[in-house]
Amino acid sequence: MATTVTSLPEPLDPGTTNPGPTARAGGGRLYLRRFARNRSALFGVALLVLLVLFSVCGGYLTHFSYTDVDFTALTQPPGGTHYFGTNQGGNDVYAEAVHGLQRSLVIAVSVSALTIVLAAVIGAGAAYFGGHVERLTLTVIHFLLVVPSFLILALVSHHLAGDWRVLILVLTVFGWMSTARVIWSVSTSLRERDYVLAAEFMGVRPWRIILRHIIPNLGSLLIVNLTLGVVATVLSETALSFLGFGVQTPDVSLGTMLADGSGTITTAPWLFGYPAALVVLLTLSMTLVGDGLRDAFDPHSTTGARGGRR
Amino acid sequence: MTVATPGTHPPAESAATAPVLSVRGLSVAFPSEAGPVQAVREVSFDVLPGRTLGIVGESGSGKSATVMGVMGLLPETAQVSGRVLLGGRDLVGLGDRELSAVRGNDIGMVFQDPLSALTPIFSIGRQLSDALRVHQDLTRQAAWNRAVELLDLVGIAEPHRNARAFPHEFSGGMRQRVVIALAMANSPSVIVADEPTTALDVTVQAQILDVLRTAQTETGAGLVLITHDLGVVAGYADDVAVMYAGRIVEQAGANELFGRPTMPYTIGLLGAVPRPEARASGQLVPIGGEPPSLVGLSAGCSFADRCPAAVDRCHSQEPPLTAVPGHGQVACWRAPDIAGGNPAASSLFSPPEAAVEEHRPDRQVPGETVLRVAELARTFPITKGALLKRRVGTLHAVSDVSFALRAGETLGLVGESGSGKTTTLLEIMRLRPPEHGLIEIAGTDVAAPRSTEQTQRLRRTVQIVMQDPMGSLDPRLPVFRLLAEPLQAVGTDRDAVRIRVSELLSLVGLDASLADRFPAALSGGQRQRVAIARALATEPRIVVLDEPVSALDVSIQADVINLLTKLQRELDLAYLIVAHDLAVMRQVSDRIAVMYLGHIVESGDTEDLFTHARHPYTEALLSAIPVPDPQVERSREHIVLKGEQPSASRLPRGCVFADRCPLYPLLDGGTQQRCRTERPLLRPAASGTDHRHACHAR
Repeated sequence: MATTVTSLPEPLDPGTTNPGPTARAGGGRLYLRRFARNRSALFGVALLVLLVLFSVCGGYLTHFSYTDVDFTALTQPPGGTHYFGTNQGGNDVYAEAVHGLQRSLVIAVSVSALTIVLAAVIGAGAAYFGGHVERLTLTVIHFLLVVPSFLILALVSHHLAGDWRVLILVLTVFGWMSTARVIWSVSTSLRERDYVLAAEFMGVRPWRIILRHIIPNLGSLLIVNLTLGVVATVLSETALSFLGFGVQTPDVSLGTMLADGSGTITTAPWLFGYPAALVVLLTLSMTLVGDGLRDAFDPHSTTGARGGRR
Repeated sequence: MTVATPGTHPPAESAATAPVLSVRGLSVAFPSEAGPVQAVREVSFDVLPGRTLGIVGESGSGKSATVMGVMGLLPETAQVSGRVLLGGRDLVGLGDRELSAVRGNDIGMVFQDPLSALTPIFSIGRQLSDALRVHQDLTRQAAWNRAVELLDLVGIAEPHRNARAFPHEFSGGMRQRVVIALAMANSPSVIVADEPTTALDVTVQAQILDVLRTAQTETGAGLVLITHDLGVVAGYADDVAVMYAGRIVEQAGANELFGRPTMPYTIGLLGAVPRPEARASGQLVPIGGEPPSLVGLSAGCSFADRCPAAVDRCHSQEPPLTAVPGHGQVACWRAPDIAGGNPAASSLFSPPEAAVEEHRPDRQVPGETVLRVAELARTFPITKGALLKRRVGTLHAVSDVSFALRAGETLGLVGESGSGKTTTLLEIMRLRPPEHGLIEIAGTDVAAPRSTEQTQRLRRTVQIVMQDPMGSLDPRLPVFRLLAEPLQAVGTDRDAVRIRVSELLSLVGLDASLADRFPAALSGGQRQRVAIARALATEPRIVVLDEPVSALDVSIQADVINLLTKLQRELDLAYLIVAHDLAVMRQVSDRIAVMYLGHIVESGDTEDLFTHARHPYTEALLSAIPVPDPQVERSREHIVLKGEQPSASRLPRGCVFADRCPLYPLLDGGTQQRCRTERPLLRPAASGTDHRHACHAR
């Protein structure tokens, strides 16, 4: 009997020991599985992919460009060579819609991405440094938040001649505050984490701590805000262009198309209908994706229980 | 001085008394992404009136899930099966309304955290009388009077006045007394206490356990005491059930279980606990390995992989809980052999090889002083108001703390929460000029101006290991980058970092393949090893350890303590350890400094201090630690201190301990006067020794 006792367990064999119930098969895969379980989010992704494909490849399906003018077909209803019809000036609505969607998407994605980067750096920085830096940053944020930014936006972008790149810059400069405020408030709790303290005690430089320990741990918040930020930007870009302050002719965005089409909504409804449908589909798909991401990241979330951004 | 000698209960007339609560085949499973988590499997036990059943186990062993299953407090997603018979009625499957009539009336519950167990917006008396009026037909006035009586019973001073107080006005110990009063309010037949003292300090723990005993005698209820602390069980339980991986693996009377443990897990657990009453010769004996995951358990015994006595059958078939004569009930195929002394329980687990050949190294040659702290003080402003912060007071976290640490030596700072021990550590780690006093690291005054390069050199010299590795390791970084970080911070180049990281992993006994894992994919013991490796990355001379093992389970604790001892010997490190667990301290420290309210009240050589404590606070602290041995625990005298450590915002002019001092009332007027007006200084007990204490009376 005593012979069986000789097989002592290895005092240390972490390679084969069971990591216990907390172990996971990698965080990323888990989130992906949770996301994939959400039907409406998958629908959103499919819709988004179709819209992106449309904006990128849609142009190859017609030989008209958005700048081409077809004098033989003015205000033509959809059908024939002009899939979505033409407007009063003879422009092909299909080509315009492809270009407009592309323009709107590029603006929305870059503004949203820039906003997130700016907001993360400012919000996390303010939270990490605390003291005077924090107070000053918050004062600036709060000041900018009460200023009627849409009005300033309208004026500034109008003066800058409606270049879409300038529009990106302007929308970013006046759009980062509320996200920064959210990121700041979440970062204040991250600042108190032991691993941040540990990094300080190892002599890691402040900005390195912010970039390596604080911002990555905001991950899910940033991704969700990024997708929902696209929705918000599409809407404000469209609104600006609709009012004539955003993208200027001859360039085309969904907003300018809506503005052009709004006057003839009873006589030539396709001029308004197609861009409007695209805006709705785009914002819908992004919202579904954003909600799906939020639910996947947040174990306590029940769909729609919490309000989104803003 | 209050001296309480816990008496053993008269043996229950087992035939005559029917159990007040019987649990039969209780199983609980929770759904998870990886499959169902089998938290509790086929647990059965009886609770007899007036007796105490202790349920012990490590985290994840299913002890809390068991009581939550009994109380019907599990989340709705949990799958519960089996029977919970309370006075002949099965509680499993009852609706919430029916269970509410049972909870509080027939079963009283004491939770771990007394702060969250009380509603902050109602007065204590209101909460107690509400609890009474829910289950009994009482007038408002009668319920209030009964509430005041109950408060008196659980030892709340001035119950009439304090009944009108709100929970936030009470200290942790007082709150837990109120929770006990709530649990006993309706004279339940069973009281369930889930880790009732874990959130409290040791000196308060003794008080609370006494109150719990009072509550039990007063109501005659059966008590279910759930804890991970074997010492508490040894002192207070009549019967003990040991849980492992969701099952009861051994169940016996306290004397049998501690005297003649039979299940290898119990044997290993008892061997792995550091004992406060004596330092283990050599090292602690770890069990090795880690508890299994509760998802997809194998068909065999869940302890088989860690068990030195395992035979083939253990891996293929799970042993049932069967009675072994003279040993209670044991779930082990080899129980009859072990009970028969072959293999002998004492030789089952052997200490690691290295430990046997040379235990504690000789300390004749003290190294050079690597850390010197003199007259260190740190205060924090207490502010009020949300918009304009007014300073309303000063919190004296640390006052006049001095000590020196030599190479190769371990100094332990001991004290209850709020004694300023962690603040002291953080002051050292900040490397900034202290508010008052001097900090000298390896001969360099941290207050002196220095270049970036010198700062980096200082950083290299002193590193920290924090309490909870889950919190101190960034969850988004893999092990490699965690270990590389301190090296990069002091400017090590890329290739050197790669070499050093693999060195570090093997130094702390981790496999190189772990470098790509994230902290969440590691076990508790592995995480703390990574944290230790990170602290050693820059080849420091001083390692500061803030409660290095308190977040770990007992069976893993021993492994980490042994690792720390080994590393110290190999690398000639100086350790500055902060811990509240005196048993652990005795095992690891060479010298100990006892702190109270920001002051060092006694310091000296560990063995000397433990055997000849001079300061009354140290005496009380030592007496308050429960010893995991029922014979010792029930026969020794306990010094139970009154009250709790006061806030450090208003320090008394004289001795900071005078208010709670058990000696003070016995002193003559002249000395009492001195205690009240003059702060005692640290002075050697006898000339020529290192043992110092600060007390006017001794």
